[in-house]
Amino acid sequence: MNAVNHMGFIVASYAAAVAIVGVLIAWVILDYRTQRLRLADLEMRGVTRRSAPARSEPAKEQAKEKT
Amino acid sequence: MAIADLANPTRFLKFANRTIPWLSGLTVLVFAYGIDQAMLAPDDYQQGATVKIMFLHVPSAWLGMLGWGVMSVAALGTLVWRHPLADVAAKAAAPIGAAFTLLCLVTGSLWGRPEWGTYWVWDARLTSELVLLLLYLGVIALWRTVEDPSRAARAAAILTLVGAVDLPIIKFSVDWWNTLHQGSSVFRVGGSTIDSSILVPLFIMAVAFTLLFFTLHLAAMRNEILRRRVRTLRLMQASAVS
Repeated sequence: MNAVNHMGFIVASYAAAVAIVGVLIAWVILDYRTQRLRLADLEMRGVTRRSAPARSEPAKEQAKEKT
Repeated sequence: MAIADLANPTRFLKFANRTIPWLSGLTVLVFAYGIDQAMLAPDDYQQGATVKIMFLHVPSAWLGMLGWGVMSVAALGTLVWRHPLADVAAKAAAPIGAAFTLLCLVTGSLWGRPEWGTYWVWDARLTSELVLLLLYLGVIALWRTVEDPSRAARAAAILTLVGAVDLPIIKFSVDWWNTLHQGSSVFRVGGSTIDSSILVPLFIMAVAFTLLFFTLHLAAMRNEILRRRVRTLRLMQASAVS
């Protein structure tokens, strides 16, 4: 009886957890992709750090995608 | 690799790239086991089935506080040693800690309605937890307001250390004031008052949430290092053009 009465609150709590954690995970993944693409774009244009190798992995991957 | 080697951002990125997939896999496995055990746990004699909300509420409350604890240690690293990875760690932890604090407040509210008859009361524990969320939002806003990362880091570090005062207030609010929120029942002198049939799944869920926190924190730190590299390269590009 108690479980049935309160099922809505329990389900809402787990749904909130999935939503909040889901947004966090999506934010981390999308941010990573964005930063890698930006780095690759800059390196493609020849803008590199002095300590970096001539062409980094993200730049190579993007070059492959474009060809 | 020695821990001191991780202070170098390039080495840290290599470490993060290697560690994140394993940590993610372990987090999924522990969560699967934890949720299974939480669903199999018996109803509490007083709370009934709503005790299942505690398997989310309690770990998220701990992690909200852990997040600010991580930021406080990092703030010392920024102010005392001026270590570049310290403010990366602090900045990356803020949104994650804020999310867990929000989850704590939401699940606590959803538990409070059937058990207390209300979603919210201005009780010392609830209010100090809400203050923690506002502190998180304040420090995130501060990071976004100041464009120069090193200046933003120093300002955010001071706010973080001032805000750390809220952590003992949250912890001891139930002892210092007469609150509607229950007193300590897990970590207390004389041992836990919770039956092992509920305590064990609670600990498994706490481990799962902690693994999730550190996986996300490591990934967010990696993102922040890359963001700073992008910023540096754009500044180099702009100075080359002008």
